[in-house]
Amino acid sequence: MSERTLFEAPVEAILKPLPDEGEPTRRRFLFSGWHLVLLPLAVVMIVPLLWMLITSVETLNETRHFPPILVPHQIRWQNYTQVLRQAPFARWMLNTLIVTTLVVIGNLFFCSLAGYAFARFRFFGRDVVFLLVLATLMVPFQVIMIPTFLIVRKLGLIDTLWALVVPNLAGAFGIFLLRQFFRTLPIELEEAARIDGASRLGVLFKIVLPLSGPALATLAVVTFLWTWNDFLWPLITLYTPTHYTLQVGLTTFQGAHQTNTHLLMAANVMSMVPVLLLFFLAQRYFIRGIATTGLKG
Amino acid sequence: MAEVVFDGVTKVFPGETVALDDLTLEIADGEFMILVGPSGCGKTTALRCVAGLERPTRGTIRVGDRVVNDVTPRDRDVAMVFQNYALYPHMSVYRNLAFGLRQRRVPKAEIDRRVREISAMLGLDDLLRRRPAQLSGGQRQRVAMGRALVREPRAFLLDEPLSNLDAKLRVQMRAELKRLHARLGITTIYVTHDQTEAMTLGDRIAVMSNGRLQQLGAPQEVYDHPANLFVAGFIGSPPMNLVRGRAEGGRVVAGDLTFERSRIPDGEVAVGIRPEALSPSADGTPSFEFLVDVVEPLGDEVVVHGTTTGSTVETGAEEEEVPTQVEGARAPITARFDPGVRLAPGERLRLGVRPDRIHVFDLRTGAAIP
Repeated sequence: MSERTLFEAPVEAILKPLPDEGEPTRRRFLFSGWHLVLLPLAVVMIVPLLWMLITSVETLNETRHFPPILVPHQIRWQNYTQVLRQAPFARWMLNTLIVTTLVVIGNLFFCSLAGYAFARFRFFGRDVVFLLVLATLMVPFQVIMIPTFLIVRKLGLIDTLWALVVPNLAGAFGIFLLRQFFRTLPIELEEAARIDGASRLGVLFKIVLPLSGPALATLAVVTFLWTWNDFLWPLITLYTPTHYTLQVGLTTFQGAHQTNTHLLMAANVMSMVPVLLLFFLAQRYFIRGIATTGLKG
Repeated sequence: MAEVVFDGVTKVFPGETVALDDLTLEIADGEFMILVGPSGCGKTTALRCVAGLERPTRGTIRVGDRVVNDVTPRDRDVAMVFQNYALYPHMSVYRNLAFGLRQRRVPKAEIDRRVREISAMLGLDDLLRRRPAQLSGGQRQRVAMGRALVREPRAFLLDEPLSNLDAKLRVQMRAELKRLHARLGITTIYVTHDQTEAMTLGDRIAVMSNGRLQQLGAPQEVYDHPANLFVAGFIGSPPMNLVRGRAEGGRVVAGDLTFERSRIPDGEVAVGIRPEALSPSADGTPSFEFLVDVVEPLGDEVVVHGTTTGSTVETGAEEEEVPTQVEGARAPITARFDPGVRLAPGERLRLGVRPDRIHVFDLRTGAAIP
């Protein structure tokens, strides 16, 4: 019998850094057939970003030039200050941050509870209910948009940030993700904790969640991205410009007769900074979480 | 501390698997009770029922003077050591040990005192700040025991706690367990499938098979007087030799072996002889012919495998599907001799056995015939 018991492998494997992270042994760039596919794809992904960056420091006239001017005559940083002066941009940023934070926290909390119940409790109709929850993943947002709107209006939340928070506090994706992860944890840990005197909730908060870092991080990042980039729902529930989120606010640079493309792009760049930051910071957890739950993409 | 009583406990799992079938068993206050049996015999289920991790389908379980069927695990005040230890991987050894006390809102100073006391007792002082992943198998095992003992529970449940250790460590821990029990006197239920642990550790052992209690008694008593064929085949290593035979008019014939037994009813029987009851010379005792196949000198004794005329008996206690029938219609026989006995494969001799060391079982019911 080896010293390390089989049972401990999964949890410890999660707690350890991935072996291929950190300091990889430097290897010479080797060309493979995949690069023929990956390089063009990388270009396709990166060109819009670059174009956005370039446009954000051009004049309005330069943005309308054809063929596009790829090297502006001078770099106009004042586009950025103009965005901040011309629109309540900081307010939108704050609104978006508030909504996103609340939704992320709500999802982590409520999806943990539901996911744990589906993973470990035995109750009548559990599998049917879980299947129903999963089925909601297949319902497009446009289908439930109007009923949700009516409910939110009944609650008197229209044109408040709560309209964005309350309907999104938990989601089928998060429940599914966490349930799958919780089921991979050795059940003996939870049994031991229960015999040690922990309640079911105590087991969840003191044993299960501390061991679920990767899954929770994944859920946090995914929820953050969805909420941050959400456009349609804020558009139909928010009317007052100071209540807007970033994505709705950005459209105000886009008029029926004239679009201030340079300002729009400057605002875009600023709205993307938190997302990019988060992605780079959480990338390792993100990829690991997706990998450990056996989900792709 | 408290007694633990199973009263007609039956556990049926979904899919109609009967894990425990009407188990009645009284474990006295402070007793060291061994539940032993092959995998799937229900011993672990019995333990989990006491811990509160399973709820009996029928029957009651009592800890002390309280029926605990509907009591949550946390309120039963029992502690359990899992086969794979189940240490909390994200906590230091100290916090692992303190977890149960913290859950019970024991004052901090008291927690610290008890953790230090138990870690001194188990030699864990220098490891308190480590994580389970940084411990060796033996250290983890001791932490798991410490975590259970630190709470000073009313009953101490162990589920094959030594099976993940290497052989040497197991011998050490076995002695340590016995010492701990003598010192603390906590009612202990110990589940194992290991012969040696069963024989050496317990005050009494309960042999189980298919969810039923087969025999209950002191280890030596169970070894000397197995109540039925299953126990005969399960307890003892190497196992008891069993040969099919027939009783008629007070005389039993099994293969080549013939002996007298008064007041035995006529019918099909199984004749059982422990390997150490055989001697390589007949000396006027009942005897049978034996063909040596394999000789295993172990230093302090020599184990000889071979065959005799006749056919063997299945007891249901066989570990795996090892073909027991060798060379057509011959029954396998294992004998243990003094190391001085020299035998070679292919040799033929007569093995003798004293009649009072021969066990006879009714082949239909499996029960021992006295």
